[in-house]
Amino acid sequence: MIALLIRDLRLAMRAGGGFGLGLSFFLLVAVLVPLGVGPEGATLAKIAPGILWVGALLACLLSLDRIFALDFEDGSLDLLATAPIPLEGVVAIKAFAHWLVTGLPLTLVAPVLGLLLNLPGAGYGWLVASLALGTPALSVIGAFGAALTVGLKRGGLLLSLLVLPLYVPTLIFGAEVVKRGALGLAVSTPLLLLAGITAGVAALLPFASAAAIRVNLR
Amino acid sequence: MSAGAPSGSALALGVTDLACARGGLTVLEGVSFTLRAGHALILRGPNGIGKTTILRTLVGLQPALAGSVSLPAEAMAYAAHADGLKATLTVAENLGFWAAVYGTDRVEDALHQMNLVELRARQAANLSAGQKRRLGLARLLVTGRPIWVLDEPTISLDAASVALFAGVVRAHLAAGGLALIATHIDLGLDEAEVLDLAPYRAKSPAEGGMASAFDEAFQ
Repeated sequence: MIALLIRDLRLAMRAGGGFGLGLSFFLLVAVLVPLGVGPEGATLAKIAPGILWVGALLACLLSLDRIFALDFEDGSLDLLATAPIPLEGVVAIKAFAHWLVTGLPLTLVAPVLGLLLNLPGAGYGWLVASLALGTPALSVIGAFGAALTVGLKRGGLLLSLLVLPLYVPTLIFGAEVVKRGALGLAVSTPLLLLAGITAGVAALLPFASAAAIRVNLR
Repeated sequence: MSAGAPSGSALALGVTDLACARGGLTVLEGVSFTLRAGHALILRGPNGIGKTTILRTLVGLQPALAGSVSLPAEAMAYAAHADGLKATLTVAENLGFWAAVYGTDRVEDALHQMNLVELRARQAANLSAGQKRRLGLARLLVTGRPIWVLDEPTISLDAASVALFAGVVRAHLAAGGLALIATHIDLGLDEAEVLDLAPYRAKSPAEGGMASAFDEAFQ
């Protein structure tokens, strides 16, 4: 399983692996929004939590279809399914690798982009905390969507349509944490709900994803 | 050579009255054979007869419609049409990954046997079709599994590589392994038994064959 994690990370870092793609997209969104909305600090400060969370979510979405599609095309998914590691473990590890390559860098770079969007000072810590807690859920849910669409040609759009509605709770509570944090209000309720969603999907969805892959490989 | 392959005489692959379907259509039924340690079985038959389907059923990628398969647990290594190589990883990294997955350390041995030593640091993307195939087959050696299930293993191999591979299979059999090979090409494995799948082609329900999963779903 560690070998699979190392392989996926190595593939992501090599040419064409897509590392940094989501990050650059996130950066562009955060730069473009002030250009579109205008430079009033008060307006930007108000929408910053929502924009940062939507940006992170879309950046995550960009690389989802690669989680299983590449392995399906070159036949390694067949071989992994017959290998002595459980398919549930394969799914969990690949979702974790996806998070390390997209979610974690997004979390780390978010404070810098918060500056571009004039996020109030009190919000920075909560921005990082909410992304750190919420982005794993994005990767796990995304892996489930990728597993459902794995055999389809041009499955990327369908994948987005399937996955985005499932991202709604994470988005709501994630943005709520940052919004409340920026205003200096209590954040524990949305933060706990966010953590609950992440823990729940991480525990359950790998099984659903593995079942979906088994059906798609038939 | 593949010295680690278990050599117990109890090792056998038994298939009884197997029926399998592709795309909801029954393609093969009533297939029975037994393969014992040290033996190879070559599956033959025209295109579309279901050679790939029966192999995928045996390795557990799809359920059998009927019949049973008896084999020891964790004994099978499957090599499909696609080699499952990662283009941006080197030859040694590709094999190293599978060695780690199967918990063996036979990368060097496999590189030697499949004549890949000089290519070890080359990215898989830069290999020729035949070299990729050799790398895909080297994965079998890395797994250390006794039962090899091979789907058209010699596609895009030149005559020398086919002979090389036949030698590897022979060594695997000599060490007590089993090989089930679907192929059109003569591997030069004279000792292998041949099973022609044509007589097992599924009859349509009108001819007294079993109803396919597709029919059942719409009855």
